[in-house]
Amino acid sequence: MAQHQVNYLKDGGLPVALTTIDKVVNWGRSNSIWALTYGLACCGIEMMASGASRYDFDRFGTIFRASPRQAELMVVAGTLTKKHAEFIRRLYDQMTEPKWVISMGSCANTGGMFNTYSTVQGVDRVIPVDLYLPGCAPRPETLQYAVMMLQQKIRKEPASRAQKPKRLM
Amino acid sequence: MRAYTPKDDVQKKSYYTDRFWVAPQVPKYDVSQDAVFAADLEAIKAKFDVLDAYIQVNQMVVVIHANDNYAVLELLKNEREYPQLSEMSAIDWLASEGKFEIFYQMLSMAKRKRLRIKCKIDEKEAIQSVEKLFRSADWSEREMYDMFGVVVNNHPFMKRILMPEDWEGFPLRKTYPLQGDEFAAWYEVDRIFGKEAREIIGPENRDPARVDRYDTQRFSRLGHEVPFGTDISQGEPDTPLVYQEQKGVFMIEKFDAEKSVVISDRHR
Repeated sequence: MAQHQVNYLKDGGLPVALTTIDKVVNWGRSNSIWALTYGLACCGIEMMASGASRYDFDRFGTIFRASPRQAELMVVAGTLTKKHAEFIRRLYDQMTEPKWVISMGSCANTGGMFNTYSTVQGVDRVIPVDLYLPGCAPRPETLQYAVMMLQQKIRKEPASRAQKPKRLM
Repeated sequence: MRAYTPKDDVQKKSYYTDRFWVAPQVPKYDVSQDAVFAADLEAIKAKFDVLDAYIQVNQMVVVIHANDNYAVLELLKNEREYPQLSEMSAIDWLASEGKFEIFYQMLSMAKRKRLRIKCKIDEKEAIQSVEKLFRSADWSEREMYDMFGVVVNNHPFMKRILMPEDWEGFPLRKTYPLQGDEFAAWYEVDRIFGKEAREIIGPENRDPARVDRYDTQRFSRLGHEVPFGTDISQGEPDTPLVYQEQKGVFMIEKFDAEKSVVISDRHR
């Protein structure tokens, strides 16, 4: 028995919070979005800037992981080439459920200015995308806003039952 | 600096549709003007056939037979002090001549000269590798094969270098479409999902500037978001941008500017 004399009835109430499982789980999920480092081109530089001290993604609980098995968010930052398409799909499949994808920048959204034979015209041809960020390249603020939007999206989803995995087809 | 030309009447003359416009040529000079190059050319001429030789932009260009490429480069490297192959590749002249032009750009730091060896080969013809002489030719020759389909004989590792190994076609040929042929258009779908997924995933949208205001499957207006696929031809509701849900977030306190403290003493 602890010896400290805390009057729970007076000093700020009992240390008990009443809530639902949904809220607790979603609170945890939305505030510990671990992102896979997926810098493919110049957008990757902005993504790194978002993670560094000035924009500081750690505040949102977003920590970049180098392994897809520890990540639940894939920020596709940059131009996806057709040669690389099968690897992005393989890495996406290796991520554990639940997982989300942010397509960052024009190239990842639509192929952007690379209207050529070797560029995938939008990563949504290969993996299902949750959020599209416009910009070339988007500023770190835009990526932060996207993460906040994603947090809202996660909080809206029911956590208590198994989520349906997203399917491209 | 280039002289300024007024752009007001740019529509008056159509510069781009003039069928008889001839691109200005860089002037060619005789090799005898430069003693160093003249000596090099003499050395090449003593052993090999030289089809053409001239000086352009202070560099000598020597056109030789394709069969002599290894021997000429060996001569230049070992006897004429050109120890570096700074660049090599091919040029597609298939439409006009039915031939590829292969060029070898040589550099001599000792002589402070650059020299270019050129030769022409047919479309199906192979060329001898110079990788034994210059290690830099290793990847250049692989790239030449990857981009033009020029096969290089005696190369240690003749494989595509940039495109995937199962790629069809040679992208830098003038006949290759910029946006790819059918194989290129479906490459990632075929590779990942299989050919049967083509109908489900659909063709590529090659018009990135296309914006359909009423297409709610591909576009959403910021501040006017609606669920996927909603018909908004009759107008859509306002959804103001919010950083958090209206009622606040579970266990997360909203930032209150009045409660915050501004620290004026940084050594506090």
